[in-house]
Amino acid sequence: MEYLLHILIYIGIYSILSVSLNLLVGYTGILSIAHAAFYGVGAYVAALMALKLHSPFILNLLLGIIAAGILGALIGIPSLRIKDDYFVIATFAFQVIVFSVLNNWVSFTSGPMGLPGIPQPDIFGLKISSHIEFLILVTLLAALVFWISNRVVKSPFGRVLKAIREDEVFAQSFGKNIFAFKLKVFMISAALAAIAGVMYATYISFIDPTSFTIMESIFIISIVIIGGAGNLWGSVIGAVVLVALPELLRFVGLPNAVAANIRQILYGSLLVIFMMWRPQGFIGEYFFKQESENQ
Amino acid sequence: MRENMADFLTVDSLNKSFDGIVALENFSCKIKKKGILGLIGPNGAGKSTFFNVLTGFITCDSGKTNFMGTEITGKSADKIARMGISRTFQDLRLIRQIRVLDNILLCFRDQPGEKLRNTFIKNSLVRKKEKENKKKAVALLEYAGIADKAGSLANDLSYGQQKLLSITCCLAADADLLLLDEPVSGLNPVMIEKILSIISELPEKGKSVILIEHNMEAIMQISDRIIFMDTGKKISEGTPQEVRSDPRIIEAYLD
Repeated sequence: MEYLLHILIYIGIYSILSVSLNLLVGYTGILSIAHAAFYGVGAYVAALMALKLHSPFILNLLLGIIAAGILGALIGIPSLRIKDDYFVIATFAFQVIVFSVLNNWVSFTSGPMGLPGIPQPDIFGLKISSHIEFLILVTLLAALVFWISNRVVKSPFGRVLKAIREDEVFAQSFGKNIFAFKLKVFMISAALAAIAGVMYATYISFIDPTSFTIMESIFIISIVIIGGAGNLWGSVIGAVVLVALPELLRFVGLPNAVAANIRQILYGSLLVIFMMWRPQGFIGEYFFKQESENQ
Repeated sequence: MRENMADFLTVDSLNKSFDGIVALENFSCKIKKKGILGLIGPNGAGKSTFFNVLTGFITCDSGKTNFMGTEITGKSADKIARMGISRTFQDLRLIRQIRVLDNILLCFRDQPGEKLRNTFIKNSLVRKKEKENKKKAVALLEYAGIADKAGSLANDLSYGQQKLLSITCCLAADADLLLLDEPVSGLNPVMIEKILSIISELPEKGKSVILIEHNMEAIMQISDRIIFMDTGKKISEGTPQEVRSDPRIIEAYLD
């Protein structure tokens, strides 16, 4: 039972990450591989606040969100001015920078040793400690992230995002400031990812930089693409499938060391299979590589 | 009257070259309010480059453009669009993977719902405006005769309907100046008739138009002035009658 709840909590955390990344990848058509950086910043801000200042959970959560939003602006302002593949490479660079800072600023982040003993959330006297309590909190926060994202994509603002995804020149010719729209959605996406980070840190109670590497970014992108870019429910379905599926490997009776490698192979194969035969994912509306197909 | 002409759009000796190839050379023109100016000339004459410079998609090497009393040279494309210049593209741009109705809705100017904070703190205002815009959009689609396609993806329209939609988008933007790049090329006679009638009704609505077109019959029919361009230069300018009898144009075009 505990094990099942643990999986469900992970699904909640990854749903937050994939829904927030979908705003960029699926709706705006910009592929960022810095998502794990924002996830990590949320986790580290909340953990350091709790450990060093003993500040309350809600404040830590808010500060994690704000810090990731600001970092989103700092990363977005230079990188969103460049396009397509170059943007991907720029976000890759920032992802590596954030990881290096977390890993090497030992006096502040403890570097590779990580931060143990992160206290569990305490929301105005309500202590979150059991699995079921964590699951409820994660589910509520995931629902909030979904609601915010849904509001964004269904609004006229979201309509402009889709227009940017399809044809920037057209959107610009009708007065839309492409950079401003991209920057706003980039900041929102980063800020929402931090919520997942805060939950991860307080749930596991230990974080180290290896949880927030480029591999993690790619895993989140896989969820978005396999679930379906441009569809928020797709990201939830993607999170369920990609988090739960490897767990099934445990029941096949493979040794743990082998299972971990098989998991990576599985993600990679799934991504290749989907890109080749079902580029819109399970229920996505946005095809990757659509333009080249049309032309 | 002359004063009025100077006030609307004045283009003063634009120059633009790409790697030594001259696309615009001392190109000047004026358009009066509610006028329809036709641009003709062979391929590569610089007509589309002129549109791109005017709308801020390309920066010119030198020259000035004044629109309704404001210098717009060097301003960004989106800023110029917000000031009231809309355009269509020769390669027919639309947002193909969203509905026809959403294409129109996208093009309205000054939407409160495009400000992110309004989506969360003034959602009732956003919804109200969206409702109004939907009504306007449906009315525009009815005017264009494609209201029955409102719910289809723009991609599923015929080529002619897509061209019609791209012009309807400019109407939604309620621009004062519309730049139409080959609005009737490649269309059947019925669709040509329909689009020409929409364009010729624009001056009554207070709009001015510059159009590029290779269909001589069409452009002579609806323009009140014509400019003939070649190799980036203005070769001649006048009323359709004057231009029609210009030997240089007869040679290039009408023989």
